[in-house]
Amino acid sequence: MNTLIVAALLLVLLGLAYQLGWSKSRNLATANGARVHSRSQYHGSLAVLWTMLPALLVLAVWAFFSPGVQHWYAVSQIPTDILTSLNQTQLNQQLQRLNDLASGYGVTGELQPFEQAAGENIGRFQLLSFLIMLAAAAGLGVLGLMLAQRRITPRLRARTEVERAISLLLIACSAVAILTTVGIVASLVTEALRFFSFINPLDFFFGTVWAPRFSSTGAGDAGQYGLLPLLTGTLMISGIAMLVAVPVGLMAAIYLNQYAHRSVRAVVKPIIEILAGIPTIVYGFFALVTVGPFLRDFGNAIGLSISATSALTAGLVMGVMIIPFISSLSDDILNQVPRSLRDGAYGLGATQSETIRNVLLPAALPGIVGAFLLAVSRAIGETMIVVLAAGNAPILRGNPLEPVSTITVSIVNQLTGDTDFTGPQSLVAFALGLTLFIMTLCLNVVALYIVRRFREQYE
Amino acid sequence: MDMLAGKVKTTQQTVNTAMNPTDALERPIRLTAQDVTVHYGAKQALHGISIDIPDRAVTSFIGPSGCGKSTFLRCINRMNDTIEGAKVGGTIKLDGEDIYAADLDVVELRARIGMVFQKPNPFPKSIYDNVAYGPRIHGLARSKSDLDEIVVSSLRKAGLFEEVKDRLNEPGTGLSGGQQQRLCIARAIAVGPEVILMDEPCSALDPIATAIIEELVDELRENYTIVIVTHSMQQAARVSQRTAFFHLGNLIEQGNTEDIFTNPVNKQTQDYIMGRIG
Repeated sequence: MNTLIVAALLLVLLGLAYQLGWSKSRNLATANGARVHSRSQYHGSLAVLWTMLPALLVLAVWAFFSPGVQHWYAVSQIPTDILTSLNQTQLNQQLQRLNDLASGYGVTGELQPFEQAAGENIGRFQLLSFLIMLAAAAGLGVLGLMLAQRRITPRLRARTEVERAISLLLIACSAVAILTTVGIVASLVTEALRFFSFINPLDFFFGTVWAPRFSSTGAGDAGQYGLLPLLTGTLMISGIAMLVAVPVGLMAAIYLNQYAHRSVRAVVKPIIEILAGIPTIVYGFFALVTVGPFLRDFGNAIGLSISATSALTAGLVMGVMIIPFISSLSDDILNQVPRSLRDGAYGLGATQSETIRNVLLPAALPGIVGAFLLAVSRAIGETMIVVLAAGNAPILRGNPLEPVSTITVSIVNQLTGDTDFTGPQSLVAFALGLTLFIMTLCLNVVALYIVRRFREQYE
Repeated sequence: MDMLAGKVKTTQQTVNTAMNPTDALERPIRLTAQDVTVHYGAKQALHGISIDIPDRAVTSFIGPSGCGKSTFLRCINRMNDTIEGAKVGGTIKLDGEDIYAADLDVVELRARIGMVFQKPNPFPKSIYDNVAYGPRIHGLARSKSDLDEIVVSSLRKAGLFEEVKDRLNEPGTGLSGGQQQRLCIARAIAVGPEVILMDEPCSALDPIATAIIEELVDELRENYTIVIVTHSMQQAARVSQRTAFFHLGNLIEQGNTEDIFTNPVNKQTQDYIMGRIG
């Protein structure tokens, strides 16, 4: 309700600002003969900016400080003797009761004598502070608008200023992405450092046994946190996935790009891309329910013991998941190879497959390698398929027919259920996450570097 | 090799002194086109082109942009096959053999009719591998030394050998535009074609590189039947013995270059040559 009022007020104010700025500059243009620098729309937009920014500033300040102020006021409404008798949890419950009273929501149980008055006071305080905020925002907005109105002259460079404001907005949006990344990395690093205060990094990175104990099950002993079993599992599954995805994806791309008739491509390409739209959890239970048992029975038939949940199962299904990724990236890259190169080969009497093998693929190779590396980093970070189909057996072994576990699966396991972030049992997730992040980051950087070099070559 | 260079020199002298452009018509006819049409989807790009192309002479196609001259050129070695939706009608015969016949192998045809493109398009491989590509796919060289010989003699014929002999293993894409185009000509020659099609081979080159290519075309005429598309009328006048003028998908006029440029029969040809259309 309050938010709606604020938004409506702001919109009305902005509409007014635009109209005023627009009409004033309009009059400038008609009244005297001076050349007006910017068109009226820009003057209107500039007035909007001058109105909006102070108002938004007030809103931001209020949003930042009001919870603290409200909390402080609510606490001050509880009599001192009661306040001292409450612990943290009880205090929170008490404050919740008071807030419910203040908002008219009502509470269960008997009212203590002070609660009724405190609730009313808090309600009044909330309304008052909200109105003050609203008035301040509107007042500053109007002030800004007046200032903007006074600035309007024929030579005011409204267009330049509006353009600059828009470019600042765009910069801010891209900064959000960068800052988020920085924040995530910072939190990963600090938490991982806490983990390494429990466990020696050497034991983590080079340990061969993964056996974390939960504090509830065993006393004292923190368990063993060796990364290697998880790392080998991750690499094994990713490797199998790439063995499936790269040949199939690449050949599908070549077929679509070089051989398929236009009408075939129009049907096949979207269907391949539908594969990319299937949620990975669906792939996961497809692996668990269909592929796993099939592989086990197939193994029995030819005298191999294949577990239903194994690195092979997870890797195969993950490979299928990555096919559209590889094929659509490769397709784009093949399209970038200039037509003149292909013509050159055909003109010499090369067959279609000779042209593809000798000219097209070598020219596209750097880009295809880039696509391959991007796909690997996806495979390494993939979670749901391996959670369901890899068997969750964090044991160091090299046989892909047996269950394994991966870094992502272990993160899920360590963070599922009751967790308190004080012991290594949960904190290890951050160390694992950091490892994963660094691996994919390196792959992505290399891949982007390769792809960019390839682009430069042909543009 | 020295003998070869000497021979090229003699050829040049013969060209400049003895060869009379009007002799071209008396040469035997290599290529005959009868009523050739091309459709790109619903759009008709060529309307019934009929032309005879004489052996070991340069025939040039001129005309304003979009007149169909390149389209017709690409019919001659069936490069239009690679364009989706292109349909070619009529007949084109090379030495009396229909090149659109069902049992004709396009790969063999393109080995006999080489092509040089508008933009130099060397493969991203070494200079040597660029020239060796054609002989390799067609199995023309029995040994490494055979291949070396083909590469060197092709580069010599294209007038490029002296400039690149010390860097045959460097990428062909690192050469200058004019050198790249001569590399492409060497690459086409290496397959041992009888006909060479050139699609505006100088349009991406500066005047000096253009002059070198034109001189080269003049030399190559001794051994090859050359068809060149150009939008430069001066170029057509300089290098060709026969000229055909295309306009809006029609072949308006063809004849000896000298006659076309000094005494065109058709009004449109005259207008184009005088610079009034195009």
